[in-house]
Amino acid sequence: MRTIQFREALREAMSEEMRRDPSVFLMGEEVAEYNGAYKVSQGMLDEFGAERVIDTPIAELGFAGIGVGAATNGLRPIIEFMTFNFSLVAIDQVINAAAKMYSMSGGQYSCPIVFRGPTGNAGMLSSQHSQNFENWYANTPGLKVVVPSTPYDAKGLLKSAIRDPDPVIFMESELMYGDKGEVPEEEYTLPLDKANVVREGKSVTIVSFGKMMKVALAAADELAKEGIEAEVIDLRSVRPIDYATLVESVKKTNRMVVVEEAWPLASISSELAYNVQRYAFDYLDAPVHRITNADVPLPYAPTLIEAALPNVARTVKAVKEVLYRK
Amino acid sequence: MADTKVKAASKASNSAGKAKPTPKNSTSKSNGKAAVSAAERQQPEPVEAVQPGAEKAAGAKASKTAQQPASKGSFPKETYMTWFESMLLMRRFEEKAGQLYGQQKIKGFCHLYIGQEACVAGAVSALRQGDKYITAYRDHAHPLGLGTSPNAIMAELFAKQTGCSKGKGGSMHIFDKSVNFIGGHGIVGGQVPLGAGIAFAEKYNKTGNLCICYMGDGAVRQGALHEAFNMAMLWKLPVIFVVENNGYAMGTSVQRTSNVTELYTIGEAYDMPSEPVDAMHVEEVHNAVARAAERARAGEGPSFLEFKTYRYKGHSMSDPAKYRTKEEVEEYRMRDSIENVRHTILTQGMATEDELNAIDEKLKAVVAESVEFAEQSPYPPAEELYRDVYVQEDYPFIRE
Ligand SMILES: Cc1ncc(C[n+]2csc(CCOP(=O)(O)OP(=O)(O)O)c2C)c(N)n1
Ligand SMILES: [Mg+2]
Repeated sequence: MRTIQFREALREAMSEEMRRDPSVFLMGEEVAEYNGAYKVSQGMLDEFGAERVIDTPIAELGFAGIGVGAATNGLRPIIEFMTFNFSLVAIDQVINAAAKMYSMSGGQYSCPIVFRGPTGNAGMLSSQHSQNFENWYANTPGLKVVVPSTPYDAKGLLKSAIRDPDPVIFMESELMYGDKGEVPEEEYTLPLDKANVVREGKSVTIVSFGKMMKVALAAADELAKEGIEAEVIDLRSVRPIDYATLVESVKKTNRMVVVEEAWPLASISSELAYNVQRYAFDYLDAPVHRITNADVPLPYAPTLIEAALPNVARTVKAVKEVLYRK
Repeated sequence: MADTKVKAASKASNSAGKAKPTPKNSTSKSNGKAAVSAAERQQPEPVEAVQPGAEKAAGAKASKTAQQPASKGSFPKETYMTWFESMLLMRRFEEKAGQLYGQQKIKGFCHLYIGQEACVAGAVSALRQGDKYITAYRDHAHPLGLGTSPNAIMAELFAKQTGCSKGKGGSMHIFDKSVNFIGGHGIVGGQVPLGAGIAFAEKYNKTGNLCICYMGDGAVRQGALHEAFNMAMLWKLPVIFVVENNGYAMGTSVQRTSNVTELYTIGEAYDMPSEPVDAMHVEEVHNAVARAAERARAGEGPSFLEFKTYRYKGHSMSDPAKYRTKEEVEEYRMRDSIENVRHTILTQGMATEDELNAIDEKLKAVVAESVEFAEQSPYPPAEELYRDVYVQEDYPFIRE
């Protein structure tokens, strides 16, 4: 199979959907003439023209709201945030308008919109540029929240997100845009509500999503050397969460470790731990453990970043703890 | 970008009043660390006689003020020498930072100030100690101009513990309380309400101080600015809003972001005294800031100054800047603000070529020393992670 970059997979998803459906358009800062701050939309202005690939001023609240209005009135906008850190400027329109339009209109007006862009840290950018908002958005009924981890998933999930009748938050990473992976030439889509069992095992379930999947998989490799067979699950979506797949896995492995890049309080890992104890309590042989970002704004210095972020060593250690192994 | 060029500064809108001599010689302490002589800055005194009648209430059309030619030579020698040294320090520092970024000694995002030096130097000379400064992420030059030690800034860029933000902020978040520099902020436009709030506190405490709040041309399209402008004017807050119009927000030219491309006119929507300033001439910057400061201190509230400037380098270190022509960059380099100051100094006989070269050599040594200092400083240790998050010392963090 051919291999393409993560950014190319996203671009293919958007371009294919724009060819298929004239109501789809892309709007955001530097998406058109500059070809995207991270070159995700490279060449799209040339193909689709300035009516459908639209540069905006730096005015997130305004263009997010314009997207929501357009979606409410029948279009299918893809709104790019240069990063989700800047989506905070726009969050009122996302939470108060997009997420609630269908409900408060009693089902008269839906809001088929995708908000996409990178989330999480991207190296030494300090605290205002290194934040994860997956759990913030996932907290809001009315939204769907998708966090792909590979080019293959990115393409299939983004196509589904664009076709989806509800508002979807789609979160990527600057650190993944250059990642290469196999993506078929043929068209495919992936469901927005199914987790992916990426690696099977019976000793422990490691759950993660987005770029932390790399940490989870690398930890599984390490553990395999010591005869520990980790089952690794990629959530793909954090709203809704595919609890059935999780609970199934925990019934087999009896142990769970979550790897998440966000801060710990009220995070996706808190939520997973709650549901697993609720629905698989009798199967658990150890408390659920998690690895998250330290409970602090992410600083700039590499020593502090190293101490703050989830990594393979911390994950291996947590797994050994739930296995009561030294 | 040709149309952001100053049109003989003929369009001052609501601006009024003229520069008065500002209080003198507020020497500033530089963080306790390795102060340089640029830190011992002097407040220049415009020699020009102040015409009492020229001090009008805000709102009057001050075409008289605005039509004056660049007032070259109307400042004393010390002022020119201070400007020269301060601006050249910024330039040399940034050139070095750019090199070090290339060598991966400096990481993350790094936005250089090269080309825009007069925007800071002319403001520092027109304001006084106690006034507060705030800006966006293009923030190395503001503290340098205020006298922060280059060592502390370079160490911050290197992510070292001796940096002004202890290696926690990096290039985009230089802060130095000792010179009233309230940061480097990373969310475009976010610092505009903050600047108004800082001014609110000064007014509340009746200090007579003001806040000068810098932003890029990209920031003027953010809603936060418009809300803040309205309230700052409504409540007559002592704030000088400054847009450093360098023509581009990343790859987007000012012309592509709005129909309103004469940015100073944005202030007029709020009846805020507003004017364009040729910020390739430090004298113009000084005079405009002095006028705005006088209004602020007289209780007349905010002003909005559009500094017409240019960044010679890309937006950040990773930007090849393909969206503009070589000729455009060259055109601005020809009007370089430091060269303008050098020219005045030489033609007015304030110093010789050799003396200026000696200053340059000295500044290069200062910058080299800052690199040395940064290289040799340690990274913050892991224990630092939980410090400076809450003032409360025993805050119960979630720790696994
Ligand atoms: C709210 C927000 N949106 C987007 C960005 C990304 N971004 C960083 S700098 C920048 C351009 C800003 O340009 P301008 O205001 O003109 O300042 P300059 O860089 O020219 O000094 C953009 C879009 C951001 N930091 N914050
Ligand atoms: Mg700009």
